[in-house]
Amino acid sequence: MSPANPATLLSTLAQSPLSSEPYAQIARLAEGLDRDGLWWLSGYAAGLARAQGGAAAPITATSANSDASSDSLERTRLTVVYGSQTGNARRVAEALVATFEADGLPVRLLRADAYQTRELKDERFLAIVISTQGDGDPPDDARALVEFIEGKRAPQLPQLRFAVLGLGDSSYPQFCVIGQRIDARLEALGAQRWVARADADLDIDTVAGPWSVQLFAEAKDALKPRPPLATVTALRPHAHAPAAWTRERPFAAEVLANLRITGRGSDRDVRHLELSLEGAGLDYEPGDALGVWIENPPALVHAIADALDLDADAAVSHGGESLPLRDWLGRKREITRLSRPFIATHAAHAGSDRLNRLLAPDQRDALTALMGQSQIIDLLQAHVGAWTAEALVEALRPLQPRLYSIASSRKVVGEEAHLTVAHVEYLYSSPHGNAQRWGAASHHLATREEGASLPVFIERNERFRLPADLARDVIMIGPGTGVAPFRGFVQERSAMRSMTAGASGRNWLLFGNPHARHDFLYQLEWQEALKRGELQRLDLAFSRDQGHKVYVQHTLREHGKALFDWLESGAHLYVCGDATRMAKDVHAALLEVIAQHGGKSAEDASEYLNGLQSQGRYARDVY
Amino acid sequence: MSAHSVEDIKQQSGRLRGTLQESLANQITGALADDDQTLIKYHGSYQQDDRDVRDERRRQKLEPDVSFMIRTRTPGGVITPAQWLKLDAIATTYAERGLRITTRQAFQFHGVIKGELKATMQAINAALIDTFAACGDVNRNIAVASNPYLSNVHAAVQAQAEALSKHLLPNSRAYYEIWLDEEKVAGSGEEADPIYGATYLPRKFKIAFAVPPSNDVDVFAQDLGFIAVIGADGALLGYNVSIGGGMGATHGDAETYPRIADVVGFIAPDQVIAVAEAVVTTQRDWGNRAVRKRARLKYTIDEHGLENFAAEVERRSGVAFAPAHAFEFVHNADAFGWHQGDDGRWHLTLRILAGRIWDRFSDSGDDVRHLTGMRDIAKMLDAAGGATEFRLTANQNLLIANLDDAQREVIDALVAEYGLDLHRAASPLRKAALACVALPTCGLAMAEAERYMPAFIDRLEERLAKHGLGDSDLHLRISGCPNGCSRPYLAEVALVGKAPGRYNLMLGGDHQGQRLNTLYRENIDENAILDTLDTLFGQYAAERADRERFGDFAVRRGIVNSSIVSSKALPLELIA
Repeated sequence: MSPANPATLLSTLAQSPLSSEPYAQIARLAEGLDRDGLWWLSGYAAGLARAQGGAAAPITATSANSDASSDSLERTRLTVVYGSQTGNARRVAEALVATFEADGLPVRLLRADAYQTRELKDERFLAIVISTQGDGDPPDDARALVEFIEGKRAPQLPQLRFAVLGLGDSSYPQFCVIGQRIDARLEALGAQRWVARADADLDIDTVAGPWSVQLFAEAKDALKPRPPLATVTALRPHAHAPAAWTRERPFAAEVLANLRITGRGSDRDVRHLELSLEGAGLDYEPGDALGVWIENPPALVHAIADALDLDADAAVSHGGESLPLRDWLGRKREITRLSRPFIATHAAHAGSDRLNRLLAPDQRDALTALMGQSQIIDLLQAHVGAWTAEALVEALRPLQPRLYSIASSRKVVGEEAHLTVAHVEYLYSSPHGNAQRWGAASHHLATREEGASLPVFIERNERFRLPADLARDVIMIGPGTGVAPFRGFVQERSAMRSMTAGASGRNWLLFGNPHARHDFLYQLEWQEALKRGELQRLDLAFSRDQGHKVYVQHTLREHGKALFDWLESGAHLYVCGDATRMAKDVHAALLEVIAQHGGKSAEDASEYLNGLQSQGRYARDVY
Repeated sequence: MSAHSVEDIKQQSGRLRGTLQESLANQITGALADDDQTLIKYHGSYQQDDRDVRDERRRQKLEPDVSFMIRTRTPGGVITPAQWLKLDAIATTYAERGLRITTRQAFQFHGVIKGELKATMQAINAALIDTFAACGDVNRNIAVASNPYLSNVHAAVQAQAEALSKHLLPNSRAYYEIWLDEEKVAGSGEEADPIYGATYLPRKFKIAFAVPPSNDVDVFAQDLGFIAVIGADGALLGYNVSIGGGMGATHGDAETYPRIADVVGFIAPDQVIAVAEAVVTTQRDWGNRAVRKRARLKYTIDEHGLENFAAEVERRSGVAFAPAHAFEFVHNADAFGWHQGDDGRWHLTLRILAGRIWDRFSDSGDDVRHLTGMRDIAKMLDAAGGATEFRLTANQNLLIANLDDAQREVIDALVAEYGLDLHRAASPLRKAALACVALPTCGLAMAEAERYMPAFIDRLEERLAKHGLGDSDLHLRISGCPNGCSRPYLAEVALVGKAPGRYNLMLGGDHQGQRLNTLYRENIDENAILDTLDTLFGQYAAERADRERFGDFAVRRGIVNSSIVSSKALPLELIA
């Protein structure tokens, strides 16, 4: 846009909602301003409007979303974070905060594990009081924060002014090193040191006192309350390039983290994966799935080639493409799950009467059992058959991408997608001995290290969406890894809650797994969400923690009255997880609950549930 | 934001109930609500977590691997074979790492999860043992000399200890309501408690009964001690009373320190309860409730003066202390192996390293089957009937008491079969050493203790052997923190944990439990500890007097500052 005469532009205000008096004032004001001044004014006005917008009170809002917390008042407050093992750092931090509060200056106090690390990139004034434990460790409550700040995902912090006070015991060689490391790291991230770091020994106050006084002297002017200034954020274009990545043309997502989230005592290996979508412009909604292209385990590729006495390096042409057999098997074909046609073909190659009998119509159960318990390699080893490489590639199904419900909300994790993956692995016993078997996809994901790359794309799931009306309650039933989308749901809803007036809908999660001690997926996050009021109810079913098995459908019945009340007041109901048993049992339990607490016949209960479904209030993502 | 103080929690607990019922029912966490973590101590349990996996679990988005330690109230550590079998079954069903004998003659179970806590407590009660007041700001488990020689005196003293233990229980139905499903009755939560009141004691309180010449209970490390005085006819005349001992201290805080108890006079056997109650109530009223680490009786006495405190005890009890009788302790370790009591029955004291009795199976074939072995012994003795009993010693060892001569052979065979014969095989050093639990479960631990002790002794033995001191009966105690559960400040050589792999090295205790040791080197690692001791051992080997012990040598030669060592009046000066 070419520079325009301010008066011309202001004339458009004639159609504005303003009455004539403020209009005249603005016009007068604008006449005296240059280009920079006008830009500033527009931002100023935007900031004022935002402050009036009815969002959460600016100073106390601790939540969540960095876009939401760009409120300028919030950004001029001092954040005091403490990491404390025995309470000394907490005491010093409390005293510091009290000094600021006494002067009416905006300040907030957070224990290190309550500090949302994603807020760091927008933080402007930060004081950290942190002790050093033992041989140079952070206090337990600060481990995650220290890890984040020192980690490679720490953002650049040019906007930040900081001050660090270390506490320690000089009889330890690693005296105050945590404070020193944080101080140095913040500087390296581009932040500006406000006052020099101090290292307090056992006589804490002789060092902490002067440090606090100095910080107060430096900080008080910067924190003086003033009208909100608009920020660049308010004017920044927010559009992403349209997603160019598809199933056929997947985005190479870097693995940022791959963590086992079941405890040592668990017999399940459940993984939490964090994938980077940075720069991809892949916008997903809670409920969507991430499609992932996987590769088969090389050991299995070789085992199959060996079992059939085929050369893995020999080129094989199929469908106009020529690749070594190992690549066909590794990247192009399903080589774990058995299919009926493959069994039929192998029966022919092997000339096996036993296999042929299994294919008879009256043997359906036996065939299903075989397909459930065995993989392709087991069949090939159990029944010797003569295959050519070409025939094998022809008979095997093309490899399909795997779809995983995304376990995160972009409003909270930014350009990342998180997955919750059960690593399928077991020992297969056969006359040939015991052999390790894996689910090809989950094994591939579970064995990806940080920095590895996965080809991914977004698979929309419009039928599994949060209610557009943020005042609606949601009930989420997600045992096992079925909990994945609900982590995204709760993240999304808590972010919306802090951004939007009237986002008052409650969240109720029902979760189950074998043992509370080791299989309580995302336990710390749920505990935190309950504390923050981001989750209103959490009911649990740990099947093996008592003499009799307890599953989510039992828990659901136990709380049937509340569940029906929630439904009656408009709640949306979601089920995610195992389709073969859990989803059916939950469905049956829902019918019972509706019949019992709604005083309905079985037919009416069924109609009620169908009604919910047709209104989009009963959605299932089962597999 | 200031934390809820322990005093507030006690006051508002409704006689130790708090919200324990709700905490136990809450499935969202394996932990208890904060205040309930304080209150459950009074029920004999500590909430702990496996610190080895704390950081791993945080990354796994799991809360710490919370479990509970449960400690029995077993005065004098006496239990029957039938009770042993029940406790063994509990350890096997609900706990991890077997049975552990504490330095106060209690059993500890570790690793009980919240969901099984109640079932475990009920099973303990079904063995006719309880855990009430085994921890917390109350009288803890009363320690009693396990003297294997003087059977008749032991029986009399044990009976007094049991009566006193019962007398000093808090008056609350909370334990029975929460764990044993007893009905709430009128007045629940408002029970009158004439001894403790609504806020209990300012801090924990420890009592021991000693029977000279053995000071196996380390009576001078106790808040309140009763030292048996035996007449020429072998009968119990009464007790010298000692007050104000205590081990706990805080690193770097001169306001806290270990203290040896003072003997204040002699009383008759029938005055024990009145005097004990008066000491307890005086401490209740005079103790420091504002600064918790200054709340033990030893500080109360130093604040108010020993004479004032003793006079107040006399006033409250109506008992006038007579002049103390002469007494002599010759050792504070256990008398291992077989001993015949003055009633003709036999007693066998077994060495249990760090008090841990468990089975461990290793690939190398070095299986440990101590729990199984003790189970077989208990089964055999239970079937045989009679007066056989087990006594846990305050040095974490185990005594099989009241055996007939005819039973010795079969016991010896079982003991040998299951490798329970450390009392024969181990060096004097290994037999006398003590270690607290520390990592991975103790929340206070700064360094390893129990898990580290065997390896450390190996290395120490090498250094001793190098100087021809392989048969030294050096007293070693390791503590994971300065609070002193293993009574480290009385040892000739003590390691007090400061950080993983780092300890304060303390030197100069004696073998009678009558002299505190002194800090020699602060915050050093294993190599520095061993090198330091190696030098001193060389000096000791060359320059010691005849039969002079290492601790005595260290004091005589001024290796440690003897002015601090002898700051407490030795009891012998009080001989009437």
